[in-house]
Amino acid sequence: MRSSTVAKAIRILSGLYAIAIYGFIFLPVVVLVLFSLQATSFPIPPFTGPSLRWYDAVLADTRLTSALVNSLLVAAISSAVAVTLGFLSAWGFARFVLPGSGLLRGLITLPLTVSYLIIGMGLLVLFNWAGVPKSLLAAGIGHVVINLPLCFAIIYSQMGDHQINIERAARDLGAPEWKVLLLITVPVMAPAIFAGFFLSMTFSWDEFVISFLLTRFDTTLPVEIWNLLRSGLNPKTNAVGSLVFAVSIVLVVMFELMLLRRKPA
Amino acid sequence: MTAPLVDICSVSHRFGQQTVLKNVSLQIEPGSYTILLGPSGSGKTTLLSILGGFVTPSEGKVLIRGEDCTAVPPAKRPTTTVFQDYALFPHMSVGGNVGFGLRMQGIDAATRNARAREALALVGLSTAFDKKPHQLSGGQRQRVALARALVVEPAVLLLDEPLGALDLKLRRQMQDELKAIQKRVGTAFIHVTHDQEEAMALADHCVVMNDGRIQDEGPPERVYARPATRFSATFMGESTLISGAVTAAKDGTIAVATQVGPLSLTGALPAGTTVALAVRPEHLVLGAAGGAVGLGTAKVSDVVFQGSFKRVLAVSAQDPALHFIAKVAAAAAVQPGDIVAVSCDAGDIILLAS
Repeated sequence: MRSSTVAKAIRILSGLYAIAIYGFIFLPVVVLVLFSLQATSFPIPPFTGPSLRWYDAVLADTRLTSALVNSLLVAAISSAVAVTLGFLSAWGFARFVLPGSGLLRGLITLPLTVSYLIIGMGLLVLFNWAGVPKSLLAAGIGHVVINLPLCFAIIYSQMGDHQINIERAARDLGAPEWKVLLLITVPVMAPAIFAGFFLSMTFSWDEFVISFLLTRFDTTLPVEIWNLLRSGLNPKTNAVGSLVFAVSIVLVVMFELMLLRRKPA
Repeated sequence: MTAPLVDICSVSHRFGQQTVLKNVSLQIEPGSYTILLGPSGSGKTTLLSILGGFVTPSEGKVLIRGEDCTAVPPAKRPTTTVFQDYALFPHMSVGGNVGFGLRMQGIDAATRNARAREALALVGLSTAFDKKPHQLSGGQRQRVALARALVVEPAVLLLDEPLGALDLKLRRQMQDELKAIQKRVGTAFIHVTHDQEEAMALADHCVVMNDGRIQDEGPPERVYARPATRFSATFMGESTLISGAVTAAKDGTIAVATQVGPLSLTGALPAGTTVALAVRPEHLVLGAAGGAVGLGTAKVSDVVFQGSFKRVLAVSAQDPALHFIAKVAAAAAVQPGDIVAVSCDAGDIILLAS
């Protein structure tokens, strides 16, 4: 009897603990989304909504909407470049014997451990010296720098030896090297390639530090939100934050679908 | 005499410090079924990779249809390979897989689909055209790989242990089909295996390899009946090996001192030569009513019933280091522990230099 009571108490306690943890993680987001639906001018209790007036305000604000488009463009293009370069380097490392292969692989993934602030400052100094003006292009290049190692790591980890024979078979049947890559390796690696692409999109989409350092007039959404926050809290910031969050969720779900969908052939 | 289809001239190959092929020369005739037989590490797969163009040999030349192909990449040479793991393209349909080689030749879709269907019909898979490789069984994937390699009409088809991944029953069945398909298309097949039964069943020409060298080559019947070396006598089927030395040679007859006593054999080796006498299990006779050549007595150590026959292992009473392997009728009353006389006919003794 007593031992079952103890077991029950432990179950209840661990349940409460789980609720506390998930609450700690998700409560800020819930509050953010909830008060984006506030009908009055301050994102503080009591809740007066639901109302979509602040979403209307966001969509009517051309600075925010153009920043949103900029962000999507930078994310999509920089991710496409990062995933292409990451794929090619992964293929090179997986298929050819290179001198100092281990060291070079380490170097290519090293930026993962360096803070965005350092990378941003480094690029700022470099671009300044090279005469590249602060722009979306500069921020996009920064995003390639941070996402390439990630794409490389994901794609490299999925490049198994069993694909070597598949590529050999294509060569054996008369395919030139570029067709082997395009018709065989890329489709076979598609899940990892898309996973890398969507994860890069996610990171680029809400990246702030590098964009803040490397853009000036046209800027990305996180930087524009930061500008908005400097004039104090209002439900409009909540609404735009909720939009950012929604896009991130879509990207992460796409990433997970791509990675989980892959089946051994 | 016509030129051979494939001419391998003194090929050697090294991986780092290790020499895996040592001065190998081999000719392949058009329309033949050649088996490269050997244990793992014998260099047979490396030789196949050299023929396919995946490995460029350190030394020597490979001529195909009289042209020097030694350094020609796989895409540009008239060979195709059936890989051990089949290496089908998982994202393409079976039809797409089989038509891939033709697509690379720039043949239009209608023609290549028609030819892919023909090739699939040849291997008995006409219904699988629209399926994906993962929907097929191992044996079916094997056939798709075969169709894909044959549809481009190669001069030589290379098969790298093609039956290795199949279970025994399927392997025997595919073996018969491979032979039938080869006879129908008339393409030269070169097939690597470590399974001697597969080799005997399929080969027109059997090449036994060990330690980077060709030990023996010829029709499988000849290689089995008259192996050229100790290695091929034991790898291509089992043999009892009796070691000895020639003590006298005269008029085509030699006297040999062996582990089981002096024997007189036909042969022309000079006195002093060390030799090995190989006897196939089915040629050893156990019991008193034996063959012309007595091989002493032996104590039966093990009897294994194998259905149509019994496999008997016995230790020689004259030299415990000598183990006899014999095959006797399933009904024979042999038990472990029996002491039996061992003999054979003089014509069944294979004389090997050792």
